[in-house]
Amino acid sequence: MSFLGIEGHDRADLEVILDLADEFTEVLNRPIPRVPALQGKTVAHVFYESSTRTRLSFERAAKALSADVMNFAPGGSSVSKGESLKDTVLTLKAMGPDLMVVRHGSAGAPTRVAAWTGLPVVNAGDGAHQHPTQAMLDSLTIRRRFGKLDNLRIGIVGDIRHSRVARSNVAAFTTLGADVVLVAPRTLLPVDSREWPVTLSESLDEVIGDLDVVYLLRIQAERGGASVFPSLPEYVSRFGLTNRRFAAMNPEAVVMHPGPMNRGIEIADSVADDERALVLDQVANGVAARMAVLFWLLGGERSG
Amino acid sequence: MADYVLAGGTVLTANGPIEADVHIANQVIEAIGPGDPPVANGAGERIDCTGLTIGPGLVDLHTHLREPGQEWKEDIESGSRAAVAGGFTAILAMPNTNPPIDSGHLARYVSDRSAQVGLCDVIPTGCITESMAGEGLAHLDELTAAGVRVFTDDGVTVADAGLLRRAMEYLVERDGLIAQHAEDPGLAGGGHMHEGAVSSWLGMAGLAAEAETTIVARDLTLVRMTGCRYHVAHASTAGTVALIEAAKQEGLPVTAEVAPHHLFFSDEAVRSMDPVYKMYPPLRTQGDVETLREGLETGVIDAVATDHAPHAAHEKDVPFEEAPRGVIGLETALGVVRTATGLDAGAIFDRMSVRPAEIAGLDRHGNWPAPGVAANLAVFDMDAQWTPDGFQSKSTNSPFIGLQLRGPPQYPFFEGKLVWRDGKVEQ
Repeated sequence: MSFLGIEGHDRADLEVILDLADEFTEVLNRPIPRVPALQGKTVAHVFYESSTRTRLSFERAAKALSADVMNFAPGGSSVSKGESLKDTVLTLKAMGPDLMVVRHGSAGAPTRVAAWTGLPVVNAGDGAHQHPTQAMLDSLTIRRRFGKLDNLRIGIVGDIRHSRVARSNVAAFTTLGADVVLVAPRTLLPVDSREWPVTLSESLDEVIGDLDVVYLLRIQAERGGASVFPSLPEYVSRFGLTNRRFAAMNPEAVVMHPGPMNRGIEIADSVADDERALVLDQVANGVAARMAVLFWLLGGERSG
Repeated sequence: MADYVLAGGTVLTANGPIEADVHIANQVIEAIGPGDPPVANGAGERIDCTGLTIGPGLVDLHTHLREPGQEWKEDIESGSRAAVAGGFTAILAMPNTNPPIDSGHLARYVSDRSAQVGLCDVIPTGCITESMAGEGLAHLDELTAAGVRVFTDDGVTVADAGLLRRAMEYLVERDGLIAQHAEDPGLAGGGHMHEGAVSSWLGMAGLAAEAETTIVARDLTLVRMTGCRYHVAHASTAGTVALIEAAKQEGLPVTAEVAPHHLFFSDEAVRSMDPVYKMYPPLRTQGDVETLREGLETGVIDAVATDHAPHAAHEKDVPFEEAPRGVIGLETALGVVRTATGLDAGAIFDRMSVRPAEIAGLDRHGNWPAPGVAANLAVFDMDAQWTPDGFQSKSTNSPFIGLQLRGPPQYPFFEGKLVWRDGKVEQ
């Protein structure tokens, strides 16, 4: 079994992973934060896109479970000599890993890797398709804050159209019972939202007071100008989480962001440092959530 | 003395199907009808066609044979074998080779290779623009002198309307046909699949249906302006069908083709993210599929053309967004049309032989069997079930492998000779 996306996993699956993550959070808080759950197993990290936080988070998770780790990045490797993805992953497979964690710029690449290798594969982000462990760590962060996701109002704000985080979070949050509203200019909303179990808004001001979670996405500067919105200042004026909008939020509501943040663009500097901004909790929960996914795939009865 | 007698089959004639024997001699149909004298012992071959359908050899307006330049994907010899294995006796080779077919000697190279191989007619098409670069006109007179009648930059759109206008003006007196790959580059936006609910959910850049219809609509105004014959290659959207229908009602000299895969699959197939479903134009919605089928049935769409686009396995077995575009289609074309549409045998041979031969100006192909007509024929078992598994093409990028189709090809006759039997070239 693989973890290629949230789709295809029901609420029970996601809750098993979240419950495991709660247990592993306790492990991570021990003086010696390591358990032998995956001793003797080897996890291969295959990262075709540059990534620091996600790769380190996976590495920390694997090591806390006592798994061995192989790291592969294409720079300076056989890939620069023209080796195909298929040959690369089959070569890595020949070295005997039990699972591959794959990040790739093309949607569906981890699915191909799973088919080629027959190994369990964890999708660590593929194009604009899915980033399911991000969705698990975000769901974990929200559940730890509010106890559950049922009936929470979660607003995802920003470049939803090009975001794998948005796609996996929409699937996870709604599967776990939350209501999701997507907030962005039309050019950054899904081009066709018929299959998205969400509502849409083009005004952050209209929805901000109703939200329990304001989930901000990174705005890529290159999308400004001629591309999909007129300019960054215009984006900030309508969709940035400014101090004024932060003040308009429900007092219990929290702010989340998958990082890395653009301070002063999608999030005001002082909002980013507020105690209701859970950005660092998300990072911390990422290790536990990834431990849970790895253990779910490789540990105990579910392995094989 | 006949070379062959096709005995006991259903013959699709201009006046409809009849049960009759077809006598072939000296590259033509000598006689059709029951009661003709049987073949003398040893002088010719009697082929039992009981239960089989005999029609004009299929004609494909749209194939990519990759020669010259990309012979690891396909060449004129392997493409010819794939053609006759699929019941085709004439195929048009697209000019997007390396180098592109933009001058007379390159077109003659294709014709000469076709004659050397000798299994079917491989007919060169020519570029509209020099080097297919979309900037200046190709050597249109040289190409015309080399026998080219169909001009296209297939693979890309002639985006510059002024340049396309000049090509149309130039070709109208030479009875040339412009075949447009209609895909506005800006609206296409680097998309990998149809832009819609499925692409949105998968997070793949979409290629809007309007990328096709805006170019077709623009081009139709140029046809009105110049009077040049115009053909829409691989129409994929309901909007294009509506534009063609209106243009025909207006009396414009416009034709259109549809590819078999666009009659069979919708963008739902792409949910698998398997690159075998990646082609341009992309698989559209089920509504588009149904409108294309209707358009083919009513004749708004004139022809089926395969857009046979071979790619080596290692090129196609990559992540979807990185995969090259296109699928092979010569060997499954009639079976797919037979399976996906309600067309009867006569209508299928009309859309896959008679009309495409008319559009391409091929006198010796696409003629309903009759005495004296060139013996370019195809025999199919129109109602048998059949599952494609192996191919004559060098490439195997087919989405139809393992699917159950109707209408397996049986015997192709090229210029009076049976060229293919039991999975191999007939010696």
